[in-house]
Amino acid sequence: MQPAASIAGAPSVALIPRASLRWRSRLEAAAMPIMAVLVAMVLFGSFCASQGRNPLAVFGAINKAAFGSWYSFQNTLIRAAPLMLTALCTALPARLGLVVIGNEGALVIGGLTATAAGLAVQSAPVLVVLTAMALAGMVGGGLWITFVGILYYKRGVNETISSLLLNYVAIAFLNHLVNGPMRDPSSLNKPSSYPIPDDKMLPAIGESNIHYGLVFGMVVCLIAWVLMEHTSFGFKVRMIGGNIRAARMAGLPVAAIGLIICFLAGAAAGLAGMIEVAAVHGRANESLAAGYGYAGILVAFVARHRGLAIMLVSVMLGGILASGGILQRQFQLPDATILVFQGLVFITILFSDSLYGKLKFFKEEAA
Amino acid sequence: MIIPAPIRPEKPFDLELVNLTKRFGSFVANDSVSMKIPAGSFHALIGENGAGKSTLVKCIMGFHTADEGDILIQKHSREIKSPYDAYQLGIGMVYQHFTLIPAMTVAENLVLSRPDIPPVIKWKHENERLREFMRHAPFQVDLDTPASQLAAGEKQKVEILKQLYLESKFLILDEPTSVLTPSEADEVLGLIRQKVKGGELSVLIITHKFREVFGFCDRVTVLRRGKFTGGGEVKDFTADDLATLMMGSARRPGAVAKIPRERGSAALEIKNLCANKDSGVPALSDATLTVHEGEIVGIAGVSGNGQRELVEVLAGQRAPTSGEIVVHQENYRARRSEASRHKVFLLPEEPLRNACVPQMSVAENIAFRNFDGPPMTRARIFLSRKAIRKFAQDLIARFSVKTRSPDTPIGDLSGGNVQRAVLARELGPGTARVLITANPCFGLDFAAVDSIHAQIVEARNRGVAVLLVSEDLDELLALADRLFVISHGTLVHETTPAEADIKTIGHHMAGH
Repeated sequence: MQPAASIAGAPSVALIPRASLRWRSRLEAAAMPIMAVLVAMVLFGSFCASQGRNPLAVFGAINKAAFGSWYSFQNTLIRAAPLMLTALCTALPARLGLVVIGNEGALVIGGLTATAAGLAVQSAPVLVVLTAMALAGMVGGGLWITFVGILYYKRGVNETISSLLLNYVAIAFLNHLVNGPMRDPSSLNKPSSYPIPDDKMLPAIGESNIHYGLVFGMVVCLIAWVLMEHTSFGFKVRMIGGNIRAARMAGLPVAAIGLIICFLAGAAAGLAGMIEVAAVHGRANESLAAGYGYAGILVAFVARHRGLAIMLVSVMLGGILASGGILQRQFQLPDATILVFQGLVFITILFSDSLYGKLKFFKEEAA
Repeated sequence: MIIPAPIRPEKPFDLELVNLTKRFGSFVANDSVSMKIPAGSFHALIGENGAGKSTLVKCIMGFHTADEGDILIQKHSREIKSPYDAYQLGIGMVYQHFTLIPAMTVAENLVLSRPDIPPVIKWKHENERLREFMRHAPFQVDLDTPASQLAAGEKQKVEILKQLYLESKFLILDEPTSVLTPSEADEVLGLIRQKVKGGELSVLIITHKFREVFGFCDRVTVLRRGKFTGGGEVKDFTADDLATLMMGSARRPGAVAKIPRERGSAALEIKNLCANKDSGVPALSDATLTVHEGEIVGIAGVSGNGQRELVEVLAGQRAPTSGEIVVHQENYRARRSEASRHKVFLLPEEPLRNACVPQMSVAENIAFRNFDGPPMTRARIFLSRKAIRKFAQDLIARFSVKTRSPDTPIGDLSGGNVQRAVLARELGPGTARVLITANPCFGLDFAAVDSIHAQIVEARNRGVAVLLVSEDLDELLALADRLFVISHGTLVHETTPAEADIKTIGHHMAGH
């Protein structure tokens, strides 16, 4: 049936082809993080200068240590793999309007459950062991962040605070298990769980040093991108994140979708924990809490919570993390100096968020 | 000749508005309004929502600048460009909502309100001043109590004390009693009236309540649709006169002729529905009504009497505390599957806030009702942007939504066009069987209003059950088949437009 009258007066619109539209806001989305990183580089450069080091030489060294050779680039990619996954732990809930920073905790729990599962089935074929570990890691991490979601949707507990505090709970839990029930008595200096047998570990890709975790990371980021941008589920998530009143009016089950997203977010970080165990450490110990979770928060914000951008930013940050040692060796700056850079990038990115829509150049002409 | 403005006057003064006009774009909020408030009078400004009361006082306070007309103080024209100018002239305003800082004590809140607050506050000195001030204050509030521990009535007293402490001689009160119980309201207004009688203050009060006009005010001005419709000494008016001036007696004919039709079967039944406000205070109590197929049921009332909560419950934005909603003889909880099975559609007020995601595109917003089924979603998972665009393009053209393209974020569109886009989404496919709408024409120009009315009546003519919640009585009388009046969360009166007596409706609306 047709309504009797369309609204009188106005003529129908001429539709403008899509490509010419909104280039300014597209440019804005790309230019803002880049400008923020440049500002952070200037600030870090002045910090280096204040320490009597030549900033250009420092950046040159970072670049070389991160991307200078195939060997160093492999190092970078190895670090990028868990970052891609932990970043999703912040990025997915962010699309719903939740600020979840429980990445480190979900990674640790995922690593623990993966280790437990791997040890339980260690005599099975390698594919079975790895599948069991991946599933256990994802379920462990997923439930961990789902708990944050339940606290939020059922009790109104702030999700940022609860997820942050749960990080400490997770790390304490890890320490308890590797010092107690899960402890391998032969691990003396660094209390650890029993090891996953070497032949059941996640292998490297071909001749390189890079393990298959990188493939996991990239595939999961791709899936996240498709989910958010090209499925009706992602559409619902964007509706809720954009205006919860409109989403409720459209009859969406807000809490149920929120919990699913929390589970997926935790599952991604849990998978990162599984990769760290299955490809790098071979066992669960305090090395799991190496800061990939916290760095993932940074990646998510720099990438503006978009799946494809997360891959790129993870490689960039992986490079920065990989170059930590060079600052000490070459410039006698402490290892932690690289964290200063990381922190500066985070602050400038957060600041640039407040400038969206305020710079004249990026304003679209009125509709 | 320019006479410098008196800074911080010591006694009340005459204030006069002459032919004040304020436009927002093509919308005229105040159309050549004149009003005279002699020194030491208690003046009421009344009118329906959207009549332009708030705009008018915001012009006096310097939040808006009038496009035409003058503000005269003691017969001299004054430009008031900011609230600070108003403060300098001795004009102060108490807002509808509290502006106290909950964690601070009453004393701290009072001192904080001063524009000339020193960098280092000498509390001993300030406290002495405050105690001295409180000796002459109309009401007493403990200075050391944190504002968060005060009851609503006390908070409102502190808000008023704040203005007296700032030595305002012309006090504007914007619905000051909407948060108070009747006895609190009487106490507060009574004490202010004493101050006015004592020649210390002039007061301009915005209100909906006739009781307050007749109980406390000397003079009254009535606005309707931005225009002055009457005013003078309160003693020359009866409540019925004021109701007529506020609501208007001329009825506008419906834009589309309603087909007389037999009442169909019950489509939407609301049974003993109760709901709370966000604060947990009951807003809606025991609402019961039935909307039949091919019928428009109107709900009239002054805003803030529970209509918003009712619509939010029906829209699934608020959980009811008790009662039930039945659509087509089935229990209805506003879930997506239920809404799509029973074809329940909504035109809420403030569509950008209630029904749109501003940063998503016009096309995506138009797809909210059906994006998750074919053809827009394939294999139950994958979204087809092409199908979403195609669906929207057709509706954008049919409903004349003015947008650069379907991909423009809907937040960039003007209010009228956002409204049209929502109308296109909800009524465009023509499948609605139940339509719930709240103030669908608020803030739109006449042409848009008429076409939206036409759409609603046309929907009713083809058998849609329509619930129309509105603050515009003309709209309700023109469109509705039956009419309820809501007051304090209760449906207090039922009538039909044919039998409706505007004065009776006004009485019920005003809570008499």
